[in-house]
Amino acid sequence: MRNAWIIAGREFHSYFVSPVAYAVALMFLLILGGLFAAQLYVGVQFGQMTPDGRIVIDPLVTILLFATPAITMRLMADEQRMGTIELLLTSPVRDWEVVLGKWLGAMGFMLILLLATWVYPLILHRLTSPGIDQGILVSAYIGLVLMAGAMVAIGVFISSLFNSPVAAFFVTLLVLLFLWIVGIFGRGTGSGSELLSYLSFVDHYYGNFYQGLLDLGDAVYYASLTALALLLGSQVVEARRWR
Amino acid sequence: MIQAEGLTKFYGRHPAVQGLTFDAEAGEILGFLGPNGAGKTTTMRILAGYMPPTSGSARVAGFDVVDQSLDVRRRVGYLPETVPLYPEMSVSEYLTFMGSLRRVPNLDERVHEVIEEVRLEERADSFIGNLSKGLRQRVGVGQALLHKPEVLILDEPTIGLDPAQIIEVRKMIQELGRERTVLLSTHILSEAQQVCDRVLIINRGQIVAEDTPANLQAQLAGGERLRVHAAMETHELLDLLKKVPGVTRAEPGESEGVVELASAPGRDIRPLVARRVVEGGFDLLEMRPVGISLEEIFLELTREETSSEGEGVADA
Repeated sequence: MRNAWIIAGREFHSYFVSPVAYAVALMFLLILGGLFAAQLYVGVQFGQMTPDGRIVIDPLVTILLFATPAITMRLMADEQRMGTIELLLTSPVRDWEVVLGKWLGAMGFMLILLLATWVYPLILHRLTSPGIDQGILVSAYIGLVLMAGAMVAIGVFISSLFNSPVAAFFVTLLVLLFLWIVGIFGRGTGSGSELLSYLSFVDHYYGNFYQGLLDLGDAVYYASLTALALLLGSQVVEARRWR
Repeated sequence: MIQAEGLTKFYGRHPAVQGLTFDAEAGEILGFLGPNGAGKTTTMRILAGYMPPTSGSARVAGFDVVDQSLDVRRRVGYLPETVPLYPEMSVSEYLTFMGSLRRVPNLDERVHEVIEEVRLEERADSFIGNLSKGLRQRVGVGQALLHKPEVLILDEPTIGLDPAQIIEVRKMIQELGRERTVLLSTHILSEAQQVCDRVLIINRGQIVAEDTPANLQAQLAGGERLRVHAAMETHELLDLLKKVPGVTRAEPGESEGVVELASAPGRDIRPLVARRVVEGGFDLLEMRPVGISLEEIFLELTREETSSEGEGVADA
């Protein structure tokens, strides 16, 4: 486990010397800030404003969908492309420690991004009276972190399948999009509809966390998705040895 | 220190190495010699714990490379062929990272020592991406030495270096080989000749010869060779010496009046040759034995295969 933290530390640091990471962070905060400013502007025009932190959360969820593949694409794919994976895999480190370390490192960066977005609800809180519902906000952010965890894990897994970060980006985006919309197919009454709606990424979020409800079932859903993706990632790393 | 038993590795249906059996003693420098695609890299990757063999087994420092892979990896220092490094890290950051994965005690001190050992003191804080190929190679070697491994596996350690750097790396390997077992691969014959205690020639995934460089030469030369220079025309000299008893082959040499003779092993033809020239009324200018070079042995051993070989899968 210590090895996973060492690898995570290196990965986390490498984000801060990577132009891609800065571009993602910039895009992330710029879009969010732009939307937030527009909301404020409209609010000022009409002389009223919904004191709800979720006006930040809504676009944030959508941005995550695109930002996550960009954050995770190079995690394993770059190592495989450059061959640095060879030195990691000939160090006394278990395969799952490599994968877990990558996930932890990316999550570190993700948490910083999410933390930075907190500034917008805080501004809103100062501007409105009596302020926003902090409880709902905290719940929404907890859900967001859990969801991001699963998304990053899926990104790590898919990155391990490729030698090209670009390929990893698009496939990760596709898979996340699929998980996003799969719930729509579950709305019907077909035989698999219950399963489909269970799989849905967003339903687990908007159902409870977003409403200010911390539901164990939803947390379990995201946690097991995370664990499954990391397990698959480790399997891929091991399978590559046997190739 | 290293025992390989019938090592075989298939990439799909292509056999990269087949039934490789060999061992290396503690404190020995064993050279792997072979053309590109012979299976050197594959073998080294198996021994370093990177990939398991399709069949066969290997033990490094007493541990099985498949079942006790982590124990093997703890005791092996490995320098892959392409020296993969993180370009965005500085030399000391990188070594500290690798050292912490290997649980090196007193890490900061050890990193400092290694940087001195591979003479990178002035570049310790440079980004690896800004280093020249030779310097990167040294970082790679440093990484392999960090944990003072019992076994060093170096895949083409001098490839892509300039002549001065090559000499330096070879010297370093010889020094390292005093205390540890070193397995090194190369396709440069003089390197194997110069650095290794023992050489394994492999081609198309199989061992075709194994011995000390000196013995290989003696054994494969198939007898003695003699270079004769006399003050006369080459064809005359050829006619004269062809008939000397014991001469198996006579060929014109590289310049006028020079002839190369091959004789059966264990038979000294020099007195006869000298007498024949002088009795013919000519002046004998020079006569010396020629050793067959490893190059020739190598070409001899790998000849028929190299003509049909086009793929380099194993070393890819």
